[in-house]
Amino acid sequence: MLVEILIAACLVISGIFGLVGSLGLIKLPDPMMRLHAPTKATTLGVGGALIASMLYFYFVVGTFSFHELMITLFLFLTAPITGHFVAKTHLHLTRKPGDLPPTGSDRPWASYESDAERARIEAAAEGDTAG
Amino acid sequence: MIDYALYFAFACFGLGLLMNIYRVISAPAVGDRILALDTMVINAIALLALFGIHKGTTMYFEASMIIAMTGFISTVSYTRFLLRGDIIE
Repeated sequence: MLVEILIAACLVISGIFGLVGSLGLIKLPDPMMRLHAPTKATTLGVGGALIASMLYFYFVVGTFSFHELMITLFLFLTAPITGHFVAKTHLHLTRKPGDLPPTGSDRPWASYESDAERARIEAAAEGDTAG
Repeated sequence: MIDYALYFAFACFGLGLLMNIYRVISAPAVGDRILALDTMVINAIALLALFGIHKGTTMYFEASMIIAMTGFISTVSYTRFLLRGDIIE
């Protein structure tokens, strides 16, 4: 009985968080704000669903499966990377290089550095260390 | 009791999937579209996990693992294409 309550609570919480994540993607006003809803709330929602699944198969069905743990670990590792890449893309597409603060070195921000420029700077650095 | 909670979670994630489709169709910028596609993948994984509980079989976890990997790779390659104009440098 207690396990059933625990599984049902995990399922309901995961459903609410998944819904909040998808709703935030629609409702929040700013693109950088919209980034937060799916990468945090929806990931937590999926984690809750997978934990409920693990508890269900261990206590009700009687078989232990560690696939859920693998999926949860994978999602929790990849969600920040996805958020970082989407934020970087958004910055790259909406801000001009002059809007950003200076980098403090003679090189520009990495997103705006062209391939030819980067190759030239890296070749010069290698020449310095070799010479 | 688990059944009713399961139906509630199905409804929530299904509604979330519909909202993501709406966001993919009417996105203000291309970053939102990528984000909505990534959220669709995550919601699909949650629905597959819930469907596995509903059917009482662990067969669907391999499918959700593969969907998770495909979604991550596609999101990263799409954003890298927008950032650098090139996926594999």
